[in-house]
Amino acid sequence: MPEETVGLPELPKKERMKIPRHPMPEQKPEERVRNFSEVALGYTAELAMMEAQRCLQCEKPLCVQGCPVEIDIPAFVDLIRQGKFKEAVAKIKETNTLPAICGRVCPQEDQCEMVCVLTKKYTPVAIGRLERFVADLEREAGEIEMPHCAPPTGHKVAVIGSGPAGLTCAADLARLGHQVTIFEALHKTGGVLVYGIPEFRLPKAIVDYEVENLKRMGVEIRTGFVVGKTATVEELFWEYGYDAVFFGTGAGLPAFLGIPGEQFIGVLSANEFLTRVNLMRAYDFPNYDTPVRLGRRVAVVGAGNVAMDCLRCAKRLGAQEVICIYRRTRAESPARKEELERAEEEFIDFRWLSAPLEIYGNEEGFVTGMRIQRMELGEPDASGRRRPVPIPGSEYDIEVDTVIVAIGQSPNPLATRATPGLELNRHGCIVVDQQTMMSSIPGVFAGGDIVTGAATVILAMGAGKTAARGIHEWLGKLERGEVSKPTWPR
Amino acid sequence: MFPIIAKEAIAPGFWRFVVGAPEIARKHRPGQFVMVLLHERGERIPLTIAHSDPVAGTITLVVQEVGKTTMEMGTFPVGSELQAVVGPLGTPTHIERVGTVVCVGGGAGIAPLLPIAADMKAAGNRVYSILGGRTKELVILREEMAAVSDEIFFTTDDGSFGRKGLVTHALADLIAERGKPDLVVAIGPAIMMKVVSDLTRKDAIPTLVSLNSIMIDGTGMCGCCRVDVGGQTKFVCVDGPEFDGHKVDFDLLIKRLRAFLPQEQEARQRFLAQHRCRALEGASHA
Ligand SMILES: Cc1cc2nc3c(=O)[nH]c(=O)nc-3n(C[C@H](O)[C@H](O)[C@H](O)COP(=O)(O)OP(=O)(O)OC[C@H]3O[C@@H](n4cnc5c(N)ncnc54)[C@H](O)[C@@H]3O)c2cc1C
Ligand SMILES: Cc1cc2nc3c(=O)[nH]c(=O)nc-3n(C[C@H](O)[C@H](O)[C@H](O)COP(=O)(O)OP(=O)(O)OC[C@H]3O[C@@H](n4cnc5c(N)ncnc54)[C@H](O)[C@@H]3O)c2cc1C
Ligand code: SF4
Ligand code: SF4
Ligand code: FES
Repeated sequence: MPEETVGLPELPKKERMKIPRHPMPEQKPEERVRNFSEVALGYTAELAMMEAQRCLQCEKPLCVQGCPVEIDIPAFVDLIRQGKFKEAVAKIKETNTLPAICGRVCPQEDQCEMVCVLTKKYTPVAIGRLERFVADLEREAGEIEMPHCAPPTGHKVAVIGSGPAGLTCAADLARLGHQVTIFEALHKTGGVLVYGIPEFRLPKAIVDYEVENLKRMGVEIRTGFVVGKTATVEELFWEYGYDAVFFGTGAGLPAFLGIPGEQFIGVLSANEFLTRVNLMRAYDFPNYDTPVRLGRRVAVVGAGNVAMDCLRCAKRLGAQEVICIYRRTRAESPARKEELERAEEEFIDFRWLSAPLEIYGNEEGFVTGMRIQRMELGEPDASGRRRPVPIPGSEYDIEVDTVIVAIGQSPNPLATRATPGLELNRHGCIVVDQQTMMSSIPGVFAGGDIVTGAATVILAMGAGKTAARGIHEWLGKLERGEVSKPTWPR
Repeated sequence: MFPIIAKEAIAPGFWRFVVGAPEIARKHRPGQFVMVLLHERGERIPLTIAHSDPVAGTITLVVQEVGKTTMEMGTFPVGSELQAVVGPLGTPTHIERVGTVVCVGGGAGIAPLLPIAADMKAAGNRVYSILGGRTKELVILREEMAAVSDEIFFTTDDGSFGRKGLVTHALADLIAERGKPDLVVAIGPAIMMKVVSDLTRKDAIPTLVSLNSIMIDGTGMCGCCRVDVGGQTKFVCVDGPEFDGHKVDFDLLIKRLRAFLPQEQEARQRFLAQHRCRALEGASHA
């Protein structure tokens, strides 16, 4: 990474506003639907500095309030303008440990970029792209500076789950001098970042790299360890000798539609499809042993990030027609705007205001088609969005041979059920104190999707950070004898 | 990594592996299984824990070669390592003293049946066992099962051992001669569990079956293993693998097991082509 590049001058505010937002180079749609390589190619140093030049350096930067981990955005953007890339990453890393990931997957248009002052009249500063640019530069140069770790405290913490919540919590605890073990049920680390989000949106090498850094910081990683089965939380405390436990187990339980025909072969949950393709690399079958069965006509139900990933993976696996079925309109789609637009460019057939009624199959049990109901928007519901209502008599049938259900996930109860005394809400999420992230069991903490239900990477990271502080405080109290490790009645 | 400590051919196409997995050995209860990943490019497959030794820190797996992954596992020598062994997964068998228990096993299903029969016996039940297979050599673990049964019966399709016919014939006769048992536990190919359940349904004999649906994670995350039990969707990996045989929609299960047939055949062909000599050796298994 170049120590310093010749930066760009500070322009008068009026001129800055005139510069249009710089697009990021990306693979062309016709090309990218035939590979799993990353779609967005990233800014060059020139583009990054030019984009950074647009920032008004607001006195009271609204963008910072829009970022769940409050990155000092004007500061790092200005460092990029000056060509001080190394300092820029350091600035980001004061609050965000995984910028290469957040720069790629944060829903910026709902967060930092939504509130950027330029958004109203012009277009926001491309904060995410800049964040990604410097993080990539640092990684590619192989010059990541190891964060300084405090001297060992002698305390052991068990982190369950290696998604963004667990990774962040582990990193912060290691920095505070605690001995951390991550227990991960799958055989690879990264949670949704590896089994859910596809390679073309977040290259796995980036996640692996972050995990390697954690290991270098002394964090122990145990994959293939299912807490609740291989060992319970009680055993982690009393047999394995941990002083605190963090749940970052995510929201991995798939929801199904509950309509007739869902058992036919070829109807699969988004989790199954994405796990086969991303974690098990079924796209490279038979070089990898796990197969995926994909027909010529694929329907994906839902229109969030998960659905977009399924649609785009299906296209890349060679499906001829890929159809998105969503009961509301495009405006209500919860997907990141950028990904929705990219999906639209990738020849996906979007059927807005459509709901599946029934799935048809043949004698052998394979899916053959689907009945769809057209909808219209009615009165607003509790969420404030206009409720879709069926249009009577508008049903029609389509021919499909694969149906992927991407309508949401809830917490997987495997670990929570095996932990008596853990207070859950009616959705199965762990109830925590927002300040410390401690659950109803003293010494047991939680954060990320397991607390909020399916949310975002950055929120999970934020929760992991807060929990690390909470755990650190708790360990202090433990040392002073003010609290003790939890016990379970025999 | 999980070392293979011992390996033995127990019948043509059947291997018994002893694998070092101390944490799993400590927690295992009969009825539970592990997910095994052979290597980086492998597929995750479910295998029942046939036996565990918490002191030695080992688990025993009995594997029948049916496709690419199980055949490849057969080539793993003692001293080599499995990349991942995850578990123990699934809900353990509910072992209780009910009176008379008939354990019906077929094919690789005899392996998971063994620890259940042993515990049923230890709990004070009278245990009758019926084991079946295509031919004598394929009726595995005969002595081990006999050791934990009050009485044992064998059937083979070709009549080479025990009675000629299916396990259901032996079961029907046993019921006719000795009266209704209090519980039937049937583990084997889906079609075998279906016919056993059909038979016992008539007499309302409680029947436990262990389903073998296709799995990926084994922790309730993908829904790939779902089955219909009494009109409800259940995940075999977390809600099972054991269910009330009278409520299982076996026809659906059998169809779903065929989901990847073309891909399985392709993988198998490729594997055989690459391992021709070994495979020929395996086929004769002298
Ligand atoms: C397909 C998809 C696309 C997405 N796209 C975006 C996006 O573009 N932008 C965005 O911000 N968010 C996105 N999200 C949401 C985001 O990924 C999640 O909100 C985030 O990953 C939650 O982090 P987490 O650490 O709480 O849990 P997870 O990432 O779910 O990680 C939980 C981990 O815990 C492990 N685990 C569970 N139970 C146990 C147990 N008993 N023992 C041991 N380990 C266990 C799991 O195997 C998993 O690895 C997407 C989600 C999906 C599924
Ligand atoms: C809970 C559980 C416990 C099991 N325990 C054992 C065991 O102890 N020993 C043992 O030998 N096998 C066991 N099985 C079956 C074993 O998992 C499969 O034989 C294996 O996955 C086949 O993989 P393959 O690549 O060798 O064959 P593939 O080529 O994938 O399959 C070959 C054929 O086997 C059948 N098959 C595929 N997947 C499965 C499956 N998951 N279950 C049953 N049949 C399948 C299909 O008919 C297929 O055509 C168990 C399965 C389950 C679900
Ligand atoms: S972490 Fe996310 S929200 Fe915060 S500045 Fe970066 S892209 Fe924006
Ligand atoms: S709100 Fe926009 S213009 Fe203002 S400091 Fe933040 S990024 Fe720059
Ligand atoms: S194997 Fe994935 S849910 Fe059962």
